[in-house]
Amino acid sequence: MPELYYSKAVNEALDEELARDPAVVLIGEDIGLYGGAFGVTKGLFAKYGPERIWETPISENSFTGLAVGAAMLGVRPVVEIMFMDFIALALDQLLNSAGKLHYMYGGQVKVPMVLRTPGGAKGGYGPSHSQMLSNLLVGIPGLKVIAPSTAAQAKGILKSAIRDPNPVIVIENKRLYPQKGEVPDDDDFTLPLDRAVVASPGTDLSLFCYSSMTPVCVAVKNAFLQTGVNIEVVDLVSLQPLDTETLFASLRKTGRAVIVEEACLTGGVGAELSALFAEHCLDSLDAPIVRVAAKDVPIPSSLALEKLVLPQPEDIITAVKENLAY
Amino acid sequence: MPDFLDMYRRMVLIRTFEETLSDLFGKGVLGGTSHFCIGQEACAVGVIDAARPTDWLVSNHRGHGHLLARGLDTAKVMGELMGKIIGYCRGRGGSQHLCAMDKCFLGTNGITGGGIPIATGAAFALKYQKTDRIAIVFFGDGASNQGTFHESLNIASLWKLPILFVCENNLYGMSNPTAKSCASGTIAPRAAAYAMPGAAHDGFDVQTVYDAASQAIARIRGGGGPELLELMTYRFCGHSKNDPRVYRTREEEEEMRQRDCITVLEQKLPSLGYDSETITQTALSARQEVAKAAEVALAAPTGGLADATEGVFA
Repeated sequence: MPELYYSKAVNEALDEELARDPAVVLIGEDIGLYGGAFGVTKGLFAKYGPERIWETPISENSFTGLAVGAAMLGVRPVVEIMFMDFIALALDQLLNSAGKLHYMYGGQVKVPMVLRTPGGAKGGYGPSHSQMLSNLLVGIPGLKVIAPSTAAQAKGILKSAIRDPNPVIVIENKRLYPQKGEVPDDDDFTLPLDRAVVASPGTDLSLFCYSSMTPVCVAVKNAFLQTGVNIEVVDLVSLQPLDTETLFASLRKTGRAVIVEEACLTGGVGAELSALFAEHCLDSLDAPIVRVAAKDVPIPSSLALEKLVLPQPEDIITAVKENLAY
Repeated sequence: MPDFLDMYRRMVLIRTFEETLSDLFGKGVLGGTSHFCIGQEACAVGVIDAARPTDWLVSNHRGHGHLLARGLDTAKVMGELMGKIIGYCRGRGGSQHLCAMDKCFLGTNGITGGGIPIATGAAFALKYQKTDRIAIVFFGDGASNQGTFHESLNIASLWKLPILFVCENNLYGMSNPTAKSCASGTIAPRAAAYAMPGAAHDGFDVQTVYDAASQAIARIRGGGGPELLELMTYRFCGHSKNDPRVYRTREEEEEMRQRDCITVLEQKLPSLGYDSETITQTALSARQEVAKAAEVALAAPTGGLADATEGVFA
């Protein structure tokens, strides 16, 4: 299997879907010759031209709404929001249009659009360019929210998202773009949008994570193996809906849950998952659930300060030890 | 040559429909709120008749006129407003979220300015699919202060999208007069900033509206790019059902009522060859249609749990 950078895997997914379906168009800022702020769309403008790759003025709410309107009439737009923080500018059209239209118009319309955006901090981008805002999106009915953590997921999930008849938000990650992973060499390789994945099986404790935290959790698991503790790493992949079947099965097996995410602690995916575990798996818990997340503050620019706000491997190790010691 | 008698019929239909709604609110039959377009009927009918039935429409919170002008089923619109299962959206959408794909009506919209980018996207799709259909979006003077108005006009002009932006300027965004909300006083001059034609017209005269819209639509359909049409109008009613109208005088309202678009057309019809009996009968049939629609809608059932909770995803 060939190894690809995460960013190249996204690029290949876009390339293949543009080639497969003439209804697919890309919409976003600087996605043409420039290739997007993170180079994800590099080469696509040269290959598909301005008929398929639509470079927009800096007008996030309107080009997201434009994608909604176009999708209702059969176009399949893939929108890029340059930094996830900028999704605030498009939130009205996501919340009030994309997520609601199919339901509120009584099933008369479909909104088959994808919105891709890189979340997370990558070292010094500062408060307006660094947040993981998964917690903002999972509370909006009608949106599917997926956060691929590997190159294979990045490709397989994006292709499924583009083929899905619903609005799908794909949260990419700036820190994952330069990471490499094996990706099946198959134009029709897709992955389901609603399944969690056991990234590394284990027996003693479950680490639940997504996006940038998955490779960090796998590294933590490997470090613990030397001490005789076998951790299971479960990658949520889909944040809305949550694949409770896979998540509950892991917890029921290990009896211990540590939840790790790059988003803020309060009111997010980890909080939701904790509540679900408490509601449905209380008898299986051998220890209180521990959550590891970003502190409830904006992401500071200084690298030294940023590190103090974001979850670090040591924080996960401490949480695991705390849970095991209970 | 437009069908002026049918224009008249639908203007009376819209007026009666909303007066009936007002009564029903009084009787507690209708929930939520509703925004009437009483006084603005000529804008909806004139523009929509200038378009083809296959041109896509997007409307706003004040959309009953647009829905009925396009010829949606009156009982199904009434049913939707009453939250009944016979409604176009099975009672999920109501007044501000009413869509009828079979009538190329892409929806009313409860967010001020929210429909403008959606319509721009519809125009994008129509151009992308190489059709000769166009999109038309209705919004008010208030919405023209939203970012979506400016962003969408800019994009539509850059990409030469086939879209007619129709601003129904009824002089007040809820209570706020345009003099206090729009730095240029009127909306049409804003078109120049986006390199598209834009002019204001008398929105009380359905023929003026029809002629202006026809010209604009012909230009747009010919590939000339988007256009902004400002229609000067007035809502005789309040912004929504509970509006004491403290922001304007009764004298101003009375002055505006002298220009009522239905009266203007009624007085013109004889010169177009229609006798008074035909005119009276036409108005009567429109009123009967509303009464019948209300009867059908009132008798219809509401949905059940599945209608409330299912179908969030396609």
